[in-house]
Amino acid sequence: MVDMNVNLGGLKMASPVATASGTFGYGIEYIGAVDYSKLGAITAKGLRVEAWPGNPSPRHAEVPGGLVNAIGLQGTGVAHYLKITLPFFRSKTGKIPVIANIWGGSVEEYAEVARMLDDKVEAIEMNVSCPNVKAGGHTFGQDPKILSEVVSAVRAATKLPLFVKLAPNVPSIVPYVKACEDSGADALSLINTIPAMVIDVETRKPVLANSTGGLSGRAVHPVAVKLVYDAHRATKLPILAMGGIYSAKDAVEFFLAGASAVAVGTATFTNPEAVSNVYDGLAAYCEKHGFQSIRDLTGALES
Amino acid sequence: MIAQNCRTIEHNDIGGGYRYLVFESPEMATAMIPGQFVHIRVPALEESALRRPFSVFDAADGLVTVLYKTVGRGTAALNGVKVGDTVNVMGPLGHGFPVKCEGTALLVGGGYGVAPLHLLARRLATPKILFIGGRTKDDLLALDRFKKLGVEIRAATNDGSFGEKGFVTIPLDAAIAELKTKGEKFALFTCGPDGLLKAVADRAIANGVPGHISMDRHMICGVGACYACIQKTVRGNSRCCIEGPVFRSEDLVW
Ligand SMILES: Cc1cc2nc3c(=O)[nH]c(=O)nc-3n(C[C@H](O)[C@H](O)[C@H](O)COP(=O)(O)OP(=O)(O)OC[C@H]3O[C@@H](n4cnc5c(N)ncnc54)[C@H](O)[C@@H]3O)c2cc1C
Ligand SMILES: Cc1cc2nc3c(=O)[nH]c(=O)nc-3n(C[C@H](O)[C@H](O)[C@H](O)COP(=O)(O)O)c2cc1C
Ligand code: FES
Repeated sequence: MVDMNVNLGGLKMASPVATASGTFGYGIEYIGAVDYSKLGAITAKGLRVEAWPGNPSPRHAEVPGGLVNAIGLQGTGVAHYLKITLPFFRSKTGKIPVIANIWGGSVEEYAEVARMLDDKVEAIEMNVSCPNVKAGGHTFGQDPKILSEVVSAVRAATKLPLFVKLAPNVPSIVPYVKACEDSGADALSLINTIPAMVIDVETRKPVLANSTGGLSGRAVHPVAVKLVYDAHRATKLPILAMGGIYSAKDAVEFFLAGASAVAVGTATFTNPEAVSNVYDGLAAYCEKHGFQSIRDLTGALES
Repeated sequence: MIAQNCRTIEHNDIGGGYRYLVFESPEMATAMIPGQFVHIRVPALEESALRRPFSVFDAADGLVTVLYKTVGRGTAALNGVKVGDTVNVMGPLGHGFPVKCEGTALLVGGGYGVAPLHLLARRLATPKILFIGGRTKDDLLALDRFKKLGVEIRAATNDGSFGEKGFVTIPLDAAIAELKTKGEKFALFTCGPDGLLKAVADRAIANGVPGHISMDRHMICGVGACYACIQKTVRGNSRCCIEGPVFRSEDLVW
């Protein structure tokens, strides 16, 4: 039996496979279609203090190898989540850890959301790919200085394991990795969606009402593997890797590049069994290649 | 809701680009409420292709039927499914029609919008009339199947090739006027193009009767997890796949 336990910056997971934020709702929607016993954690949809309406429709376009979405982080707000959604999730799924994905329009809001969630969930993942409304709409994750500021503020607000989910569209991931490390992050999540656009050539208009969105799915996988590889070489922080995982092979690549755990996102939409297939396949891979623990696979890339 | 591999029992081309796809699922056939839908993984498409949602036309005797129109690459690929082939289906999904009605049920459909109305007609015990519209006679789908259920049919076509000439709201308005003069109760149920849905919702509100409107919005997950399939309602941005597809006329914001 392969030991499938991992410890992701203080978050103990009985399986190295999680779900990616925004692709698994608040964890309750897929009950009946997904085998929850194979899940190490679920990552809840992005939460901020107040409810948020999201973008106008259409909000997505299917493209070869994936999906471009501009959902716009529609959500119910933390108070409703803690009062209604989370207790319902707990009552249905037992002990599965919850990683709460958070965002905000200001540094103060990030800290406030984290404070509200402290002790209520098992870990916090900061989505820093959203605009800093107070600082002219520039995204938090596109400037190492602002990134340090917001990560430090959240660090001061919570004792929970703190993950920072980095944006892939930067010239080098290293300064961002360092900023997280120096500001007290416990782990990194890589990658968020890649900025993208789809145009309807008949109407000559953007397909998404928001004009642009983020690419996810099969197509982003090699980009994500490279970023995990770069990040792992720059830091000792554990990495939760995601981006285009459809099968165990995709997940193994991430482990070899330096991931300590993986998250399945877009694949679940087409195949809700993807998470359990990835779990079973990872265990089988370790068995076949003589790894007694999934932890031994992290960074086991041959040069 | 379950996700399962289902065996294809029938797959019939009925002309005009429409087909019936019948698959075996005793679990879904029993659990299915009219107005609910299934989310189908099209076998020939690549692993990253999204599922396609279809209303359930019929659910009886362990079989589930959808009536679909070939419009793009997903439905074109679905054409290739052969009897005996396995198709992965998620369902039953969404919030369906209420299966009770005070007075006469007026079912109003256009195009493949008649699909959920057929299962509704099968399950509704009250008197019911189907109002069906289309451009020509060939757009009026499944008339034989509705007749089999003993449903009275009133049709309208733009070119007058079948039923009244013009929009389906002509026979509908006539029936509403008649029921009102007789002082009889009725309710409206509809699925079809947005213009038709709005026309029916307006009539439900104007007459102070229940209006049950089935919306068709582009979907990703089909289970409420992604927030792609938004319809504006009095509650804000509602998810069509879980809070709908059937909404009450007074809840919709157009
Ligand atoms: C609740 C619901 C019930 C439906 N019931 C039926 C039915 O009973 N019979 C039937 O023929 N069709 C039905 N549809 C529409 C059907 O899902 C689309 O025609 C189909 O997805 C088109 O796929 P395609 O690949 O052929 O088209 P493409 O245009 O190539 O599709 C590209 C993308 O757009 C999405 N899409 C395109 N058109 C629609 C649409 N109208 N609604 C939702 N998504 C769309 C597809 O899922 C896909 O992601 C229903 C849709 C919904 C939401
Ligand atoms: C519909 C959709 C919604 C998403 N919402 C969020 C979100 O709220 N917060 C976040 O940090 N990432 C969000 N993401 C990004 C995913 O969590 C993930 O990082 C990305 O999709 C790459 O993984 P994948 O290719 O397996 O989907 C979303 C992705 C999709 C497709
Ligand atoms: S399709 Fe995902 S929420 Fe409706």
